[in-house]
Amino acid sequence: MTAGLALRAAAVVFVAALFQAAIFSSFSIYAGTPDVLLVTVISLGLLRGSVPGAVLGFAGGLVVDLLTLETLGLTSLVLTLVGFWAGRYAETTARGRLMPLFLAVGVMTVLAGFFAFALHYMLGDSVVVRHALFTTLWPAVLLNLIVAVPVHALVRTLVGKRTTFQPAGQVELVA
Amino acid sequence: MVGILVVLALMLISLSFRSGSDGSLGGIHAAGATVLRPFAVGVERVAQPFRDAYNWVDSLFAARSEAERLRQEVEDLRQRAIQNEFARQQNLTLRALLEYRDGPSFPGDFHGLPAEVTTRPTGAFTQAVVVAVGSDDGVRVNDPVVAPEGLVGIVTRVAPGLSRVQLLSDQQLAVPSLDLRTSASGIVRHARGTRETLVLDRVRKEDRVRVGDEIVTAGWAASGFSSLYPKGIPVGAVTSVGQTDTDLYQQVQVDPYVDFGALDAVLVLIPETRPR
Repeated sequence: MTAGLALRAAAVVFVAALFQAAIFSSFSIYAGTPDVLLVTVISLGLLRGSVPGAVLGFAGGLVVDLLTLETLGLTSLVLTLVGFWAGRYAETTARGRLMPLFLAVGVMTVLAGFFAFALHYMLGDSVVVRHALFTTLWPAVLLNLIVAVPVHALVRTLVGKRTTFQPAGQVELVA
Repeated sequence: MVGILVVLALMLISLSFRSGSDGSLGGIHAAGATVLRPFAVGVERVAQPFRDAYNWVDSLFAARSEAERLRQEVEDLRQRAIQNEFARQQNLTLRALLEYRDGPSFPGDFHGLPAEVTTRPTGAFTQAVVVAVGSDDGVRVNDPVVAPEGLVGIVTRVAPGLSRVQLLSDQQLAVPSLDLRTSASGIVRHARGTRETLVLDRVRKEDRVRVGDEIVTAGWAASGFSSLYPKGIPVGAVTSVGQTDTDLYQQVQVDPYVDFGALDAVLVLIPETRPR
C-alpha cells in the first residue's frame, strides 16, 4: 500500500467515523441503526486485505470512542477484528463465492453486535439483552446490507482494489 | 501487527476504564475529543438541512391529529394554571409565615446552560449523549440535565467544551421522585428488559398512585447533603400500577416525557451558588 493510498484510506475511515458518530447514530428505523463505519471497515478489508483492514478499523474505532467520550479502545477492538476478518475472508475463501460483500456485512454485523455486547457486559455496563441482541440487531443487519452497496462502491472508487492477494496455504489431508 | 493492535486496544480499555475522566488517560481522551469536535460539528452542519427537511415532512403527516390533541391539552392546562397560581400564592404566604427552609429546587436555584447534542448513542449498548458544553463553561460531573419536556439525565464525564450525559434510560441511574398528586415517593429507575420505560420503585402499598399521575423529582436535603436532582423536574407519567401479595412495594411503570432517541438540545443545570 503506497503512502498516498494509505492516506486516502485513512481519510475515508475518518469521514465515515465522523458521519457515524454525528449523523447515522441518530437514525433509527424500526429500532435499528445503520453502521456506516462498520461497513466501510469491512469494505476496506475486502478490498485491501487483512492488515490494512485491521489498522483502519482500529483507527476508525478510536475516532468514534474519542467523539462519544466512550471507554477508549472498545470500538477499536471490535473494528480491528472486523477489519482483519474481512481481509482474511477476501484473501482466502471469498474469491469463489457469490456476493462476498453481503455475506461479510451480514455475518460481521451479527458477530460485532454479540462481541460488543460481551465487552460491555464484562465492563459492567447496563445493557438490555433483548434490545441489544434481538430488537436492534436484525434491523441493523438489514440496514447495513442496504448501505453496503453504495458504501462499497464509494470506497472502491476512492481506494481501489488490491490486485494480488497472497494465496491461502494449502493443507493436504492424509488418510 | 494485528496482535499488537488488539493488545493496544485492550490496554486502552483497561486504562480508560480504571482512570475514568480524572486520570492521565482522561486528559488525553478530553484533548482528543476537543480536537475532533470541530470536524463533528462541521459534519453535523452539513447534514442539518437534510435532517430538517426529513423532520418537516414527517411532522406534516402528524400535524392534524397533533393540533387536535394540543387544543384539548391547552384547555386543560389553562384551568390548571389558574388553580396552580392560586396555590402558589397561598404557598408563598404560608412559607413566609413559617419561615420555611427548603433544599435547592428547579428552576429557581439553578441557571440552565443550553447545549447542542453533538453525538448520540452509537449503538444499543450506550445510554449516553455528548453535549457541546464542558468544563470551560462551568459544567461539573453530576450536574443534572433537562430538556423542555423534563429530566434527561446527569453529567458523568467532562472535557473542555464537551460533556457526556448519562440518560435516565440507563440502568445505573436512580432518581428520588414523587407523585405530584399524592406525594407518594419512590425511586425512578430504568425498567429491566425494556428500552426506555421507567419504573417508580419503592412505592409503599398504602400510597395511592393512579394511571396518568405526573412524576417529578423529589429532591431532598439533609445533614448538609442534598439530592443530585433538584426537586420539581418533570420525569414522566404513570402508565400502569400493580401489586401482588408477595411484593413489598407497588409496581409503578412510568413513561418518560423526554424522547431520549430524539434529543437535539438540552439544558445543563448549574447551581446559582457556583461561581461563574
